[in-house]
Amino acid sequence: MKNIWRQDFPQINSESVYLDTAAMSFKPQAVIDEVNHYYHDLSVNVHRGMYQESLEASKLYEEARAKIAAFINASVEETVFTRGTTSSINLVASSYGLEMIGSGDEIITSELEHHSSFLPWQMVAKKKHAVLKFIPLSIEGRITVENFRKTITAKTKVVALTYVSNVMGYITPIQEIIEIAHEYGAVVVLDGAQAVQHMAIDVKALDVDFLAFSGHKMLGPTGIGILYGKKTLLDKMEPLELGGDMNEDVEKDFSTWKVTPYKFEAGTMPVASVIGMSKAIEYLQNIGLSNIDSMIRQLYKYTYAQLKKIPGITIYNPDADTGIIAFNLDNVPSHDAVSYFADKRICIRAGHHCAMLVTKWLGIPSCLRASFYLYNTYEEADKLIQTTKNAVQFFRELGF
Amino acid sequence: MGQLDNLYREVIMEHYKNPRNKGLVRTEGYKEFHIKNPSCGDDITIESLIEDSVVKACHHQGSGCSICCASASVLSEIMTGKKVAVAKNIADNYLKMVRDEPYDDTIDLEEAEVFAGVRLFPARIKCASIAWQAFLETIKQNG
Repeated sequence: MKNIWRQDFPQINSESVYLDTAAMSFKPQAVIDEVNHYYHDLSVNVHRGMYQESLEASKLYEEARAKIAAFINASVEETVFTRGTTSSINLVASSYGLEMIGSGDEIITSELEHHSSFLPWQMVAKKKHAVLKFIPLSIEGRITVENFRKTITAKTKVVALTYVSNVMGYITPIQEIIEIAHEYGAVVVLDGAQAVQHMAIDVKALDVDFLAFSGHKMLGPTGIGILYGKKTLLDKMEPLELGGDMNEDVEKDFSTWKVTPYKFEAGTMPVASVIGMSKAIEYLQNIGLSNIDSMIRQLYKYTYAQLKKIPGITIYNPDADTGIIAFNLDNVPSHDAVSYFADKRICIRAGHHCAMLVTKWLGIPSCLRASFYLYNTYEEADKLIQTTKNAVQFFRELGF
Repeated sequence: MGQLDNLYREVIMEHYKNPRNKGLVRTEGYKEFHIKNPSCGDDITIESLIEDSVVKACHHQGSGCSICCASASVLSEIMTGKKVAVAKNIADNYLKMVRDEPYDDTIDLEEAEVFAGVRLFPARIKCASIAWQAFLETIKQNG
């Protein structure tokens, strides 16, 4: 079966097999061209100049915002540009969280969180003497509605969860969780970094309060992310960064801010990355997220079924919902194992994947992670499978 | 098989499976230093006892990959009984070797020479280094 999208990605070469999209996706030529267009032909700031080039850059910048907003069914004033998912969640925690959470309040999160969806809330809980609560995970390691229901109380102010775990690849049943959270008057902050590239997200239908995601995991450039927030909430929030462009009036003793989203975008933003991210969304929409998702699920199922049969490895996330496989070679530290894969030019990751609570929950110091995206092929899956078999043999012979 | 065989030499596997001087004593006179490499999970503590400018004892404790654990074990054997100045020289030279920097190959690195293999694996240089860096820190604590 020929993968018709591979040719769009100049990073792909015949020597290496890239299976680390959960960390960073490749970029199609269309995105690179768009970024280059900005640097090559414009390279001027937005919202400031009255000359033609600046007006053109500003137009591209705001058109990008409109496209990205429409992608998640948000309005433009609810779509804030940030440096990435990490910045988005830190903004919510440090602005909304520190303001709205008090002593004895509860913040609910989970052990599946990436550090960027957990550490900001740990900080808020410490500073405000709030209680950080964890939804007990199921035996498989999933967040369940039932266990969420058991965790939430009238004191819960914030529910900070991942939509898709970056280690386990499980989808959180977020729709029901949001409904329950709202019954208790809590706001939901959703980490969508591993979700937006796999499924359509409609913030209105979900009724989610905040959603964070990044460009670089969805075929876009680095250094750009989105914070979606309901306008009523964003209006209440103070910006964390003060400086150029975000203000309306500046006096010696008093200043006022622009309206959202502009009050959160201080200084010169990564204009090229904003425009590039918009192009990435256009690329994804042309293919269709559901087509991408079903292709990846099939590739994942094929790979998982083969890997499962290999004696001497342990897979930690059986039947994942997205193309992520977390595993170890038995008795082989993951950092030893990953060198073998690297030597064979199979690009997978070893470690705790910025989610130490997950590996601790699993009771392991670290693991290997392979993740698929639309440019991966069955031939590449076969290489991963064969290399895994060979690796088991190699380390066994060494005496591990 | 190629380059990986250069890395996993017999000496390394032997020390990984049968570590020498493992376990901290933590009594009077011992100095210890802890280094963690959060990106890969290597976590090593080295302690040394220095008397009359001689390394009387060197122990290690921790967890991590085979390169990290074996390098700590090899370190502890080599350093025990060495004069501090000699020990420091060996450690400095070893670190240069694994980082692929110019080093003095007239200095006998003993069994540690097998770790030259990590030069082909830049991602593993840290694994081979942290026990030795920690050892140098324990020497510094003795002033």
